[in-house]
Amino acid sequence: MIRVELLRRDNPSRALRLLSPLIGLSLALITGAIMFSLMGKNPAAALYVYFIEPLTEAWSVHELLIKAAPLILMGAGLSICYLSNNWNIGAEGQFIMGALAGSIFPVLFTDFQNPMVLPLMFIFAVAGGALWAGIPALLKARFNTNEILVSLMLVYVAERILDYLVRGPWRNPGGMNFPESVRFHSYARVPEIMPWDGRANLGIVIAILVAIALWFMLSRTLKGFEVKVIGASPRAGRFAGFSSKGMIFFSFLVAGGCAGLAGIIEVAGASAQLRPIISPGYGFTAIIVAFLGRLNPLGAIAAGLILALTYLGGEAAQISLQISDKASRVFQGTLLLYILACDTLIHYRIRFSRKPAAKGIEQAAASSEQQPPAAERAV
Amino acid sequence: MKRRHISAIVRLTHNNAEMFQIPERASSCLDIRQPEKSFKKTSELANPACTADGETTYSFLSNWSKNRRTMQTANPDDLLTLRGLTKSFGSFKANDGVDLSIRPGEIHALLGENGAGKSTFVKMLYGALQPDAGEIFWRGKKVEIPNPAYARELGIGMVFQHFSLFEALTVAENIAVALPPKTSFKKLSTDLETVSREYGLPLKAGSHVYDLSVGQRQRIEIVRCLLQQPDLIIMDEPTSVLTPQEVEELFAVLRKLSSEGKAILYISHKLEEVRVLCERATILRHGKVVGACIPKDETASSIARMMVGSDIHQIRHEPNAAHHGEPLLSVRNLSLPARDTFGTPLREVSLDLYPGQIAGIAGIAGNGQTELFDVISGETLAPSAEDVMLFGQPVGKLGISKRRAIGAVFISEERLGQATVATMPLSENVFLTRHSVNPDLKAGPLLRRGTAKALLDKITTELDVRKSAADPAAQALSGGNLQKFIVGREVLEDPKVIIVNQPTWGVDAGSAARIRQTLIDLAANGAAILVISQDLDELFEIADTMAAIAEGNLSKFESVAKTNRNAIGLKMSGIFAAEGTHP
Repeated sequence: MIRVELLRRDNPSRALRLLSPLIGLSLALITGAIMFSLMGKNPAAALYVYFIEPLTEAWSVHELLIKAAPLILMGAGLSICYLSNNWNIGAEGQFIMGALAGSIFPVLFTDFQNPMVLPLMFIFAVAGGALWAGIPALLKARFNTNEILVSLMLVYVAERILDYLVRGPWRNPGGMNFPESVRFHSYARVPEIMPWDGRANLGIVIAILVAIALWFMLSRTLKGFEVKVIGASPRAGRFAGFSSKGMIFFSFLVAGGCAGLAGIIEVAGASAQLRPIISPGYGFTAIIVAFLGRLNPLGAIAAGLILALTYLGGEAAQISLQISDKASRVFQGTLLLYILACDTLIHYRIRFSRKPAAKGIEQAAASSEQQPPAAERAV
Repeated sequence: MKRRHISAIVRLTHNNAEMFQIPERASSCLDIRQPEKSFKKTSELANPACTADGETTYSFLSNWSKNRRTMQTANPDDLLTLRGLTKSFGSFKANDGVDLSIRPGEIHALLGENGAGKSTFVKMLYGALQPDAGEIFWRGKKVEIPNPAYARELGIGMVFQHFSLFEALTVAENIAVALPPKTSFKKLSTDLETVSREYGLPLKAGSHVYDLSVGQRQRIEIVRCLLQQPDLIIMDEPTSVLTPQEVEELFAVLRKLSSEGKAILYISHKLEEVRVLCERATILRHGKVVGACIPKDETASSIARMMVGSDIHQIRHEPNAAHHGEPLLSVRNLSLPARDTFGTPLREVSLDLYPGQIAGIAGIAGNGQTELFDVISGETLAPSAEDVMLFGQPVGKLGISKRRAIGAVFISEERLGQATVATMPLSENVFLTRHSVNPDLKAGPLLRRGTAKALLDKITTELDVRKSAADPAAQALSGGNLQKFIVGREVLEDPKVIIVNQPTWGVDAGSAARIRQTLIDLAANGAAILVISQDLDELFEIADTMAAIAEGNLSKFESVAKTNRNAIGLKMSGIFAAEGTHP
């Protein structure tokens, strides 16, 4: 019988650890090329359409920034969650609830038009996203439920609520029965940065500022230290006087707030109204962003831009090569798979063995030689 | 998701690598496995005399190499002979030409400081590591031991110091995974309970390992080994979790096994035990055999000198049983229900810590020490605020950070994962317990890393912490150096109340002496110190007053001058009801 084991490497290469996301990205590109050629397309042309062409024109760079903003915001927020060992995968739902909470003003109070509207929308959106994220946090802290399941299931709840509102009470009365809200008035729109050049709005600026702020929090403040300590070792966190329950709330509320903000930036930016579907899966893609960015909010900025490119390239490929937009999702999925595989294989090596496996035991024992005794880690 | 899963998988493979080696019928070993119950006494000892004196050691070494030349084949009377065993990790020679022979029925001590190469040596013997050079003879025949399963098949059993147990499995299941698959599980369960009762190591087959204390976990290791009926039993520090009485019982068991012709390789740094128990001793230092002796003919300090290579710092301590002033820390009739069904409840625990005194609490692991430490530190809150008084303030309802801010420090049992975060550099680990105490470490919400690095330097110099880099990750330090760092971090600001749980567990002799002296000096400067320890020698060395904890009951403190090991040992087994400390 052949066994497969993961053995920890004694000295994982530092260079490889830093390069890991790039290796993952390259492998995903190669896989993408193979996929395109299997679909009968010229892989070089397809990759060009996907990853280069969107960067060659000003308007599409603007579109890229529009798509990157929510990914960066949510990716940075989720990094905090994941670093603290809280697995929030419901950013999509928090995004929707933020968008709904923020849209209360332009949709229900259409006459309330002054410069105060946009800041209020942002505040409500952050609160909406944070409250939605607070549900799995509360259930985890209070009843020890699995936050992965709860946060994921709440995505579908949020989607139904959005669907109900735009088809029902929030439908534009003058909208020919289309399932859409009214268009947001100009005070309720996120201003464009360079209106003469393209549609990109302040969202990308806000996203980058938030990511920098989260990075600063993480690397320079006691709260950030707390996040890392609790994530690395809950027991040490308790001994340090940090509250793991507090951290559940903190990380979920931060990530939820970021997602809510991303939601309102999306609807008050490019689309300017609520529709039954306001996100092409940004909340899930943000999980990839967080990991591609090494759970570092600054890394999330770069990772967000890269994944925004896959959305944009997917749209372009749909038009010019008649490739289904599902290809982008496949590409995103392989990317996450490769990043996680790279991380794993850089830190661990696989051993196939028949029993008795003398060699590997030697390795395992040798590595335990240089590591803290098993009892100290396991007991 | 990712991190949790992988670490879980790897932890299993890593800790339990040996355990997966299910023994198979290895036909090649059958021919050499002849029953050989009788053994001849030979007068041949590698070295009849042993002193730490350099010259004598030298003459011993030349004598020893002469023996080595003349004995190219193994003595057929020996159960096990090892010749020139060498193992390197990178450029580091963990074992360098180690020779050793064990006769049937002999109790042979392998002595050495932490890091001397004992573990590496034993792993090669048990097939968990392969030697780079050297030969192993088993019953006079040259063998290679590719894996632990084969070692067990030969008849070599091992009781590990660090447990290789699956926490999620029961006691019986943990033992079953090490045995051939066809073994009847039901029979195994009864067998193990019988054996464990017979040897005074009570275990329940159905208990889950995660619920068991460190001491109980070790019992599983011992029983697991005994069940395999080995001819050679390797015991790695087996007494560290036993009371003196239990140690005596264990020794009786070992002597019985020895009289049955089973050899025991006894690894320890407790020299008195070795003197009482072992017929011969081999001493390792820096991976080399530096001496051999008959322990009965030596004193503990002469053996210690050989182990360490120089004189160990002698602890200076005058027990001081008379206390004056108000207690700095008091616990009053504190009862706490068990955390879960398998935890230990605390029952009406009372204690007072006076300035200038070290109070010691002896006890076997899992009798409520951790619970007591946690409730004093504030990791667990007491039922009412007055249950724990610190400097006259009721603190039972305050968290650990607030108690630290009031002026107490806590040195916990687990070095990695509680007292430090393994992967974080030492300077960040300085923040871990001092963030709410030392105002220089923070500027508003911001961390001042410069201050932390300066503190780290100070700790490094004051406690002589040896580290490979300026600011390495906590896990890169040896146990002794990490513990010195932890103690240094806590005592740097001259605390007045110090609570320590197992201050020198698994720490080398030099570091342990340094830590103990630091505690004694702090007490001399007026600190009130509580030391919870399983090491009775340590407590008798540093404590002024002593009590024992058993099943959550704490006995009364008495002056060390008025008590002795046997009295404390009895209390450790829970016999102090006559005192009236509990109903």
